Amino acid sequence: MDLIRVRNVEKKYKNGVTAIYDLNLAIEKGSFVFVIGGSGSGKSTLIKMLYREEKPTKGQIIVGGLDVAKLKNKKVYKLRRKLGIVFQDYRLLPKLTVYENVAFALEVIGAKKDEIRVKVLKALEDVDLKNKVHNYPDQLSGGEQQRVAIARAIVNDPKLLLCDEPTGNLDPEKSMEIMKVLNDINKSRGTTIIMATHDKEIVNKMKKQVVTLKDGRLVNFKQKGTYDDEDV
Amino acid sequence: MKMFRMLGRSIRDAFKSSIRNFSLSLASISCITITLIIVAVAIIASVNVENVTEKLEKDLTIVVFMENDTTEKEIDNIKETFAKIKNIDTYEFKSKITVKNEMKKESEILGTVLDTFDSDDSPLKDTFQIKVKEIENISDTAKTIEKLDKVAVVRYGEGMVDKLIKAFSSIQKVTYGIVIALIIVTVFLIINTIKLTITTRKREISIMRLVGASNFTIKTPFIIEGMILGIFGSIIPIALTIYGYKAFYNHFGGHLFSQVIVLIKPLPFAYMISLIVLGIGILVGMIGSASAVKKYLKV
Repeated sequence: MDLIRVRNVEKKYKNGVTAIYDLNLAIEKGSFVFVIGGSGSGKSTLIKMLYREEKPTKGQIIVGGLDVAKLKNKKVYKLRRKLGIVFQDYRLLPKLTVYENVAFALEVIGAKKDEIRVKVLKALEDVDLKNKVHNYPDQLSGGEQQRVAIARAIVNDPKLLLCDEPTGNLDPEKSMEIMKVLNDINKSRGTTIIMATHDKEIVNKMKKQVVTLKDGRLVNFKQKGTYDDEDV
Repeated sequence: MKMFRMLGRSIRDAFKSSIRNFSLSLASISCITITLIIVAVAIIASVNVENVTEKLEKDLTIVVFMENDTTEKEIDNIKETFAKIKNIDTYEFKSKITVKNEMKKESEILGTVLDTFDSDDSPLKDTFQIKVKEIENISDTAKTIEKLDKVAVVRYGEGMVDKLIKAFSSIQKVTYGIVIALIIVTVFLIINTIKLTITTRKREISIMRLVGASNFTIKTPFIIEGMILGIFGSIIPIALTIYGYKAFYNHFGGHLFSQVIVLIKPLPFAYMISLIVLGIGILVGMIGSASAVKKYLKV
């Protein structure tokens, strides 16, 4: 079954730049997909449209049964509760501990205290940070901070995890740690993962599905893809 | 259950935030305080003015004196004409004899003097006492009546009264204007102060949006924060209203300048004004913070 269906989507920004031209895409439940392409290829725009930070100018995007393009501002939270998002810059709250940062995602949707405790500890275990529960973000390395961000993204058991260049600020070794965590989540929790990246090495090593974008158009969608320089 | 849990968190967050941003909160609170003091004074003044105006209006009558030789037939004609004048609310007719009897009751000496006249050469006149609907138009009505047949003299109030009432009603309009303007200014000031506290929490709000907090959840702590600011801001104005107005009332002995301007008794008037002031404070705080946070709830 398809978790995400993108049909004839076009995105034109207000400044006149067209980021995506007539995109069609279907992503199955439980898959792990890389979205690759150079800068200006539209991969960030695609991710942003999936969590409704941007609206497509034309076409239809369905995520987990929700028509994202038609979603009203007030109802966006319904979509956001179905997915987790990880960014290049982590976006943690500096004044909260690791535990509180992850718990924050459940607190704001009104979860019970006991439930929060169980889920937060499980998520922190999944990213292998159980020993840093009471630390503050600035006491952690970049890789650890990103793992906290991943824990926060998965704590609500989303069907979909969107990652926008999650390894962009990390060295190759830490990047591979993150990839291992993401791969484990994909396998053990069955979470569908879509990750935008321009890290050749990661894509080639992981051998996952690869969506290649160039100048806003879909170049190809391979099952066990690699990062082909001539496509990008 | 969930509702209460969320509300509890909102209240906790609101208190945390107003303490964390203490200097900004203090700025908002003092701003609300000053406005509410002026608003309270304006409301007290305008309610008092209204009260005095109402009393004056009730007392204000047009007295019409008829010519001495007016016949009963002519009196009836006059009555018919009165029915056609729109501004006349009610009128009361007093014949020479009624007037004479009333005067006798009031003073024995006057009574004996009046007894020396018989009804034909009585110096007294038939009179009408007229209440009008619109006080503002009383002079026009008086002029219309003056032109009628057999009307000798028309008098209303002390001459000054209608001017006083006109002045009062414009004072009232001005105070209402001031109150509304002040409230609008305060709302803007609060929007700005809360905007400042929100900018420091922009990141938090954007993360809340990302992890699926509904707009309602995000907004509530800020709105409660605005309410808290409003409540704290109205403490001093309320104290001033209750104790200040009482002191003011006692100092002037319930009258201002002359016996005509009667002040409203401090209780329960001051409590009612306090409630209004508190209500305005809370409302202004809520509106200010709600519109300040609105901008961040898009995308």
